Amino acid sequence: MPASWWLGTSNYLKFMLRELTCIFVAYFVVITILQIRAVNQGAEAYAEFQTWLASPVMLALSALALLFVVYHTITWFNVTPRAIVVRVGGKRLSDAAIIAPNYIAWIVISGLVAWLVLGG
Amino acid sequence: MAATINLEVTRYSPESDTEPRTQEYEVPLRKEWVVLDALNYVKNELDGSLSFRWSCRMGVCGSCGMMVNGEPTLTCAAFLTSYSPGPIRVEPLRYFPVVRDLVIDMSDFLEKLQKVNPWVVREEEKPLSEGEYLQTPEQLDTFKQFSMCINCMLCYSACPVYGLDESFIGPAAIALAQRYNLDSRDEGESQRLEVLSQHEGIWDCTFVGECTKVCPKKVDPAGAIQQYKITATKDYFKSLLMPWGSK
Repeated sequence: MPASWWLGTSNYLKFMLRELTCIFVAYFVVITILQIRAVNQGAEAYAEFQTWLASPVMLALSALALLFVVYHTITWFNVTPRAIVVRVGGKRLSDAAIIAPNYIAWIVISGLVAWLVLGG
Repeated sequence: MAATINLEVTRYSPESDTEPRTQEYEVPLRKEWVVLDALNYVKNELDGSLSFRWSCRMGVCGSCGMMVNGEPTLTCAAFLTSYSPGPIRVEPLRYFPVVRDLVIDMSDFLEKLQKVNPWVVREEEKPLSEGEYLQTPEQLDTFKQFSMCINCMLCYSACPVYGLDESFIGPAAIALAQRYNLDSRDEGESQRLEVLSQHEGIWDCTFVGECTKVCPKKVDPAGAIQQYKITATKDYFKSLLMPWGSK
């Protein structure tokens, strides 16, 4: 098979995009580790880190990464009913019933993090 | 609506061709005709040398799977009018060796299918006098979807993992293994685990999901594989944390 096998059809392309999103998930992890290191090095280092993160290039990169991470989250949430089968009273739960708790957990945890960060 | 439609059919004769070639045929465009009817028209009226497999004409036997306009398709379930004005490209199923024209060599699939023991395995058969093995409708419901597989192999042609690594045991074989694993009468899961837990088993699958999309019987092989990944992972941790517990 040629290395470009995934370029031919939109379904294969979407799959490869979903797989590539893991790079952007890793990107956020690296940024978080750098942030913790900056905090550990003191106020001056942290201020420097914040200035670096606010530069146009880093802002653009973060926006792109956010886009891919959201795509990653949504595509994985949407395939959970394929992998998880829950039977209640002998009947299989609907796809929506498996997907919904993921979104609810996402919103609740995001709200909690926002509340912590924004000084609740 | 035009009265005819063109078919671009892949031809290959191992005796005379070094590689496959395309031949064009003009066939009547009838609204009740499927691609398989058009191929039979070619065979009966235009060119008797064309080879292809078919049998039931009603989506039960799984013989007439081919690539239609690049998609793995049961040709008995693909109406000509949905491809109008054409042309319709008909090729043998992708990723399989071609024997002749549209006929592929399916021995790789049959060998893999046999490896997963796709039958009810009992540690000990109970005597006939004790009667049949009973099953509730709920127990039947847990595996019925996977039992609908007709071995048409469209899922293999849709799977880029199988295209890249032919040692992958593949979607249908795993779905059928899961069909028996989930059967309340079966006791063969540990035998199948040996085959399925290999890298070439479930772990080769990257969840592209195309197998499920092309399946004409809504078997959802991608789901079967992911569900089995969860089962295998749970079993692994169980045996790690509780080595004394019997599986």
